[in-house]
Amino acid sequence: MEDLHRLLEDHDFLKGLSAEQTRVLVACVENRRYRRGEFLLREGQAADVFYLLRVGRVALEIDVPGRGPVQMESLGPNDAVGISSLVPPHREHLDARVVEPVVALAFDGACLRGKMQADPALGYALTARMLAEAYKRLERVRLQRLDVYAGA
Amino acid sequence: MTDDRAVLTREGLADLLRTLRGDGFRLIGPKVRGGAIVYDAIDGIDDLPAGWTEEQEAGRYRLERRADAALFGFAVGPESFKRTFFAPTVRLFRARRRDGSFVVLDRAEAAPRLALVGARSCDLHAIAVQDRILRDGPYPDPSYTSRRAGTFVLAVQCGKAGGTCFCVSMQTGPRAESGFDLALTELLDETGHRFVVEIGSDAGAAVLARVPHGPAAGADVEAADRVVRRTAEHMGRTLDTNGIKELFYRNLDHPRWDDVADRCLACTNCTLVCPTCFCSSVSDATDLDGEHTERVQRWDSCFTLDHSYVHGGSVRSSIRSRYRQWLTHKLASWIDQFGTSGCIGCGRCITWCPVGIDITEETAAIRASDGA
Amino acid sequence: MAMLGVDPWRPRPVRIARVRRETQDVFTWELDAPRFTYEPGQFNMLYLFGVGEVAISISGDPERERLEHTIRAVGSVTRAMASLARGDTVGVRGPYGSAWPVHEAEGGDLLLVAGGVGLPPLRPVVHQVLRHRERFGRVFLLYGARSPGDLVYRRELEQWQKREPGLPRCTVDHAGAGWRGRVGVVPALVDEVSFDPARTVAMICGPEVMMRFTVRALLARGVASERIHLSMERNMKCAIGLCGHCQYVPYFVCRDGPVLRFDRVAGLFDRREI
Repeated sequence: MEDLHRLLEDHDFLKGLSAEQTRVLVACVENRRYRRGEFLLREGQAADVFYLLRVGRVALEIDVPGRGPVQMESLGPNDAVGISSLVPPHREHLDARVVEPVVALAFDGACLRGKMQADPALGYALTARMLAEAYKRLERVRLQRLDVYAGA
Repeated sequence: MTDDRAVLTREGLADLLRTLRGDGFRLIGPKVRGGAIVYDAIDGIDDLPAGWTEEQEAGRYRLERRADAALFGFAVGPESFKRTFFAPTVRLFRARRRDGSFVVLDRAEAAPRLALVGARSCDLHAIAVQDRILRDGPYPDPSYTSRRAGTFVLAVQCGKAGGTCFCVSMQTGPRAESGFDLALTELLDETGHRFVVEIGSDAGAAVLARVPHGPAAGADVEAADRVVRRTAEHMGRTLDTNGIKELFYRNLDHPRWDDVADRCLACTNCTLVCPTCFCSSVSDATDLDGEHTERVQRWDSCFTLDHSYVHGGSVRSSIRSRYRQWLTHKLASWIDQFGTSGCIGCGRCITWCPVGIDITEETAAIRASDGA
Repeated sequence: MAMLGVDPWRPRPVRIARVRRETQDVFTWELDAPRFTYEPGQFNMLYLFGVGEVAISISGDPERERLEHTIRAVGSVTRAMASLARGDTVGVRGPYGSAWPVHEAEGGDLLLVAGGVGLPPLRPVVHQVLRHRERFGRVFLLYGARSPGDLVYRRELEQWQKREPGLPRCTVDHAGAGWRGRVGVVPALVDEVSFDPARTVAMICGPEVMMRFTVRALLARGVASERIHLSMERNMKCAIGLCGHCQYVPYFVCRDGPVLRFDRVAGLFDRREI
């Protein structure tokens, strides 16, 4: 049985939270393993799990009719997957497929949202981290969109 | 050598030119053509623009008759000696296919020796500027180098400042101090039509020795000095060159660039008439059966859209960016690249700009609101 | 330095010894030019009879004097070059330009970042590093392309990775389901590798936008701008500092570059149309 509190404290995404704050989160989290090909999230489903990856690689994919699944971005250790579990309407808009076997901290969405509402300081701390993560991804997506390697 | 000045009569000058021709030099000097005074092949003194002068202002050039018969009573025309040494088109090589490969044929460049007649101080500085780039760098251009070899320079000290001249600001004149074999100052008064001669080299002394001449009288030497001083006092423009490199480097986004972009047509006139502009491009042409090809170099201009083309498009697509490139290069980056300014203060770009853009005015405007 | 009487415009006919297809529009020539020496980062002007000349980085192994050029068929000259075969002749002028400062990186960590056909100019560095591995600390090659089919030197990348796990870390802008590697932009890879910013030299080559984002990521990690080197690209007609086309304000990319130290161009790099 792993010490979930220790795992939470060690994760980069939660760096800077107090010991008390991470202790509160233990109630919402499980340490899970996923095999290659399994899905953490599926497009269209209710988004009720928030993951912090510890090991492995996950591909964010969208299935395009006639093209099949197209990989948009890879996420790996220390990345967050499933931010939509914290943003209404709590629906997944893409698939997250395991490419390399994953070990992740999986938070129950409803539990996590409850803890964040109950303690505004904790809510703010987590929201600030989500925002930074979302902003970083936005920058990357914009660079991807430029298609800098395209031929003339 | 400086006070060993001689004096030549008009007939003596005619003799001097005949002597140079006899020695195998091809004379390049000023003559009237197409409503302007240009540098071209001349046969002798009779080709010179006797009695002609010009009126120059921004975007304006008109030939005018003088009251006298002075041979060099004008400033500079649209051409400089750039086209003499850095030819507008040069065949770089010819090649032909052979045995599944190809052979590059030897370049035949037998250029005649040239004698520049009536070269002005600013233009001599321009030649020195181009020498540094095209001849004295790590990859000397063969065409330029062979045309420059053995050039004889018969300079003329300017007796008249042009309407757009600013050689004093650029420290390139009006007096030519070096870079010539012989330098003449024309005097035309009650005493007669004569030329005070300064000797600038052994080659100059040797040629002078073969034509009738005499020692210059003290009064003539003083008169010659006065002529040049007067020219210096009548410059058409000034340019403050203090810290000019840093000025341009820190004002790459100055709003003045937008202002000049509204006026500039990117017609490339300035780069054509500028004696130091050296941009060139290359093109390849093949005969119908594809067996023979040649590669030709020709003058180019940074004002063309293609100039900065890289795969995907041109880096400098706006006229604003192209004008900024030209002027910043000419007055600033050139100093970092070659150790001198690229501008020799001849004013040609001002005179020959169809909309009269004046680089001294543009620079002053940027300086006046430095950092805007 | 120049030799008197040598015509710097004259191309030297050289035979193509081998042609390798890398991707849909990228191919590699191995040229028969023994004793042709060069330094990593330098380029040649390659001349196609009757068609024209292009500047292409040398991408072989300098210590084995193998003259290789990896070319993307993207313009009229390079498209014509794509149809040449072993035994055909091209003209060569060079080598020209500044070199990657590999010696500066010795004794520290080395980070190579390549995008698309930015990898060929860095390949000579990889050869040198693998040959003299003990001279360097941690070494990484971060390499990205549009899609898996656009990665060049695929087989060689696998061989390199067997010897050195960080050489390369690859990513692609997008991929189909079959790709098991990373998907994302090259600059994002910078945050995934562990190096000592105070002792790291970075060498970057790729589209200018990609280089801009990569530089930002490196500066954010604390790598000093004097330790970041870029390979710039501009229009070239002569490669010998005479035609004026490749100017980047005071720099001639053919002569002061293509490898330029970032602190020297920092004031220009973010400016438009310069």
